[in-house]
Amino acid sequence: MPAKKLNLRKRYELLTRGMGWETTYQKMDDVFPYDSFEGIKITDWDKWEDPFRLTMDAYWKFQAEKEKKLYAVIDSFAQNNGQTNLSDASYLSAIKLFITGVTPIEYAAHRGFANLGRHFRGDGARVACQMQAIDELRHQQTQVHTISHYNKHFNGLHDPFYQFDRVWYLSVPKSFAEDAMTAGPFEFITSISFAFEYVLTNLLFVPFMSGAAYNGDMATVTFGFSAQSDESRHMTLGLEIIKFMLEQHEDNLPIVQRWMDKHFWRAYRLLALVAAMQDYMLTNSPMSWKEAWDVYFVENGGALFEDLSRYGLRMPKYHELATAEAEHVSHQVWSVFCSLGNATGFHTFLPTEEKMAWLSEKYPDTFDKYYRPRFEYWAKQKEEGTFEYQKGLPQLCQICQIPMIFTEVQTDPMQISYRVTEHGGDKYHFCSDGCKDIFEHEPEKYVQAWLPVHQIFQGNCGGPTLPEVLEWYKFAPEDSGDYIGSQDHARWQEWKGADKKVKEA
Amino acid sequence: MSDKKNTVFLIVQDNEDARPIIEAVEQDNSAVNIQYQPGLVRMEAPGRLIVNRETVEEEIGREWDVQELHLVLISLAGNVDEDEDKFELSWH
Amino acid sequence: MAVIARDGYVDIVRDKVENFHGNQLVYVGWDDHLLFSAAQAFPLPPEMPYQALVSEVMASVFGDHPEFAQIDWSTVEWVLDGVSFAPDMEKSLKDNGVGHKSLIRFKTPGLTGINGTRL
Repeated sequence: MPAKKLNLRKRYELLTRGMGWETTYQKMDDVFPYDSFEGIKITDWDKWEDPFRLTMDAYWKFQAEKEKKLYAVIDSFAQNNGQTNLSDASYLSAIKLFITGVTPIEYAAHRGFANLGRHFRGDGARVACQMQAIDELRHQQTQVHTISHYNKHFNGLHDPFYQFDRVWYLSVPKSFAEDAMTAGPFEFITSISFAFEYVLTNLLFVPFMSGAAYNGDMATVTFGFSAQSDESRHMTLGLEIIKFMLEQHEDNLPIVQRWMDKHFWRAYRLLALVAAMQDYMLTNSPMSWKEAWDVYFVENGGALFEDLSRYGLRMPKYHELATAEAEHVSHQVWSVFCSLGNATGFHTFLPTEEKMAWLSEKYPDTFDKYYRPRFEYWAKQKEEGTFEYQKGLPQLCQICQIPMIFTEVQTDPMQISYRVTEHGGDKYHFCSDGCKDIFEHEPEKYVQAWLPVHQIFQGNCGGPTLPEVLEWYKFAPEDSGDYIGSQDHARWQEWKGADKKVKEA
Repeated sequence: MSDKKNTVFLIVQDNEDARPIIEAVEQDNSAVNIQYQPGLVRMEAPGRLIVNRETVEEEIGREWDVQELHLVLISLAGNVDEDEDKFELSWH
Repeated sequence: MAVIARDGYVDIVRDKVENFHGNQLVYVGWDDHLLFSAAQAFPLPPEMPYQALVSEVMASVFGDHPEFAQIDWSTVEWVLDGVSFAPDMEKSLKDNGVGHKSLIRFKTPGLTGINGTRL
């Protein structure tokens, strides 16, 4: 009879306890120099426990299995020209924004967790962070691999990582990731694992990926769900680290609460891009941004924070405003992209009559009143041939780096929300109290922000004219502008026309 | 504290591997509400939701490791309690 | 409060006025005209006459709006950095108190945007 297998708890303990030790040649504080300056007090790292208790052998086994399944789907997608089964090629604008805006964050998260996997003093936490670092690298690689198939047939997918470091709207995800990476390890993990992954990534990976399935993109839905299965583990790690910090010392509560307030707001602002993807860029949306917000933030986030209230933690500051904005942000973000569509690396398009009817139904209090008129006006101008892209460059928020497009939704939704503060004799402008608070707490950090519009004016982005800047971004002329009349559109029509002919024959 | 129990949920892929898990959840959680959305299946329940190894094994007629759940898992909400016999989600 | 960092931060103010080659940044927003989704940013010499800001700089962007040509400039209400003010068109931006990263907002009474929608 074979020896009885050790139980899960025991195997997990063997993996994560006793692998580390109290150092004697060097002081522990010198070996782990980064885990105390933030003020978080840990008295007993052994109290750390990962609820998934995933051991290394099980990790490799299950991850290998996931990869096999994913690559089988990717191969068959490519062999069967899966791209021709999309609902419409305009849908790919969402994928272009995904590969340039989200995939590089996966890579940044990989770097961040690799760093934590070295620098946390507790071995249990280190093992969890090392696994997550490998997961994040896997996500980045599988996304690049999957989407590379579209790169064979469509424009705008050629240089995501280069563009991430330069393009005006990609500074939004870049600055979010770098804010976390330049903080200490506890703040980083609160930002990425808790505020982003637990509280908010469901909004990206569940309804958006379900939307990919709804639009015939089986490749994306497969990598999305494959990544999200890791994400469930990461979310659990996020929740665990919050509980761990709060249980370890009462002095940790105000620090954790402030991080929660900050990183909820930062991650929420970043998701404004996802709101536009969900409502406008998906040809057919299974769920509106507002509906997703209600299910995954109001209901689920509410339950989560109620659970954490026993530690004294409250809902993140300005969450009520975020909920009020849920009826507005997708429309506001898509409007700014449409008005600057000659400077985006994906195609823009006005919502069709059918889409606008859906938006009216999903947003009965806001779409017809505030947003339909601008899309109809632009549609009329396009019909008459008088439409012009906006000629100037927008004012940006110093923190989230999104153009200052957000409005006073609780009092006057047609009034831009302007906030300002002074530091060191200079003015700094913000889109919201949430962003302003973040600046005022650590102004020395954010006076360094690399704001794309200002960088263009300083002469650091290829030249003063739009074509020079776009060339510096490595945007080819065929990447930008209206979907209608683009090369992508022409190719799509050619395929669909060929399809039609076959059917008719 | 009110008696109202907050929702926990488990979301899995809508595929063959997930089906016995969904059926096991349906059998072992009387209050579960199962929703089919494009590509995914969302199972939600008030306060608590459990996946029992034994029930899944009865469904598929072979040994089943609780951690195989990872292969079809998309998302979850609630505190996780996992051992070799069950995977459980709950709010405190 | 100071930044929380182990190694401290080097003192980089990325957008100090010296970095703009003699210009200063000025933001201009047209209230009740949200066809322009945000205020616009411009790098301008501080010596530029206010009149040039209006008839050249602002016209170059806001001029695409059909109501721009209808503006009666004598009735325009100006707000500089949150305070109402009456600019002297002949004087420079600097002498009008417009500084680096100042925000100028203007309201055009009677003009309520495309079909009165504040666009």
